[in-house]
Amino acid sequence: MKLTLVTGLTGLILLATIIELLRRRQLREKYGMLWLGVLVIVIPLALFPRLLDNVAGMLGVASGVSLVLFLGIVFLLLVCVHLSWEVSALEEETRTLAEDFALLRAEIDAERAARNELVSHDG
Amino acid sequence: MVNGKRVLIIIPALNESGSIGDVVREVRGELPGVDVLVVDDGSTDRTHAVAAAAGALVARLPYNLGVGGAMRLGYRYAYEHDYDVAIQIDADGQHDPRYVPKLVDLLDDTDLVIGARFAGEGDYNVRGPRRWAMVMLSAVLSRIARTKLTDTTSGFRAANRRIIEMFARWYPVEYLGDTVETLVHTARRGYKIRQVPVAMRRRMAGTPSHSPAKAMIYLGRAFAVLTLALIRR
Ligand SMILES: Nc1nc2c(ncn2[C@@H]2O[C@H](COP(=O)(O)OP(=O)(O)O)[C@@H](O)[C@H]2O)c(=O)[nH]1
Ligand SMILES: [Mg+2]
Repeated sequence: MKLTLVTGLTGLILLATIIELLRRRQLREKYGMLWLGVLVIVIPLALFPRLLDNVAGMLGVASGVSLVLFLGIVFLLLVCVHLSWEVSALEEETRTLAEDFALLRAEIDAERAARNELVSHDG
Repeated sequence: MVNGKRVLIIIPALNESGSIGDVVREVRGELPGVDVLVVDDGSTDRTHAVAAAAGALVARLPYNLGVGGAMRLGYRYAYEHDYDVAIQIDADGQHDPRYVPKLVDLLDDTDLVIGARFAGEGDYNVRGPRRWAMVMLSAVLSRIARTKLTDTTSGFRAANRRIIEMFARWYPVEYLGDTVETLVHTARRGYKIRQVPVAMRRRMAGTPSHSPAKAMIYLGRAFAVLTLALIRR
């Protein structure tokens, strides 16, 4: 009973945190939806940890709780992979930005040099 | 100048080299005295060159940001160059620039004017889940904006100076956020929104960014975006 209270409360606090972050526009829609989806699955499990016992039995896992732990770790791994993927995309974008910036600077410098040239010829 | 107002036409474009030239030429022909800004959103074709050759100002983003990202750039440009009115038009030729003066006129006592299909003019049909999504969006957004809105995802909109200022600072980049969330945000802040019936034409070239297979996902996302917009401040 006590355990249910702890897990259930944790789930609810997480839910409230995510909703508040979304409300303040600190989380992009795609991540917000992901975490809300996760919580919709996790909170019932937190309140009734034995919910998955039947499924666990069918898969040959000793108890529903271990199954949840296993699935949880798999899920976290997937999230990590996804984040690495996002970071790679971001790095590619900053690289492009830096190149664009350098190209622009080169153009401006060339123009300024050309202008100075003109001025010194005039004078 | 249209009716004494400085007007900027903003055209977000992604790989529209087949139509962008004609669209820019038509806009400039129908509306002499307006400036046209094409935001090329990382196109891999010659969209930027074709648009520039047709006489548009072209802002090229280094990579794809989506319609929302392109539009914020457009509104920032409008804000920094002191335009009175900014009008978004699609690059595929579906929007008829001859409606622009009508939209601009309405901005006298409205802040945001939407050119809406399904509102009596022209023929434009959508069926299935996309249709349901549109019905749901219209119902909810009409209530929030306290005016009848039948085409909430229309990319044909005119904004006055106050809206330009707001959109230059804040404009969602998320898919559907650029239409749905901006409407919720605008209405909530007490700005006046109105729609005008416009006839939609067919795409001149290229392919639309939505396929029928994505319709169901579209419905789900529309629902999610709307819910989010409603709980957000
Ligand atoms: N900036 C930008 N514009 C886009 C993008 N995708 C589509 N567009 C433009 O948005 C407009 C509407 O696109 P379209 O596919 O015709 O959508 P529909 O009219 O709602 O079916 C066109 O001008 C497209 O060029 C994008 O990723 N970035
Ligand atoms: Mg279109």
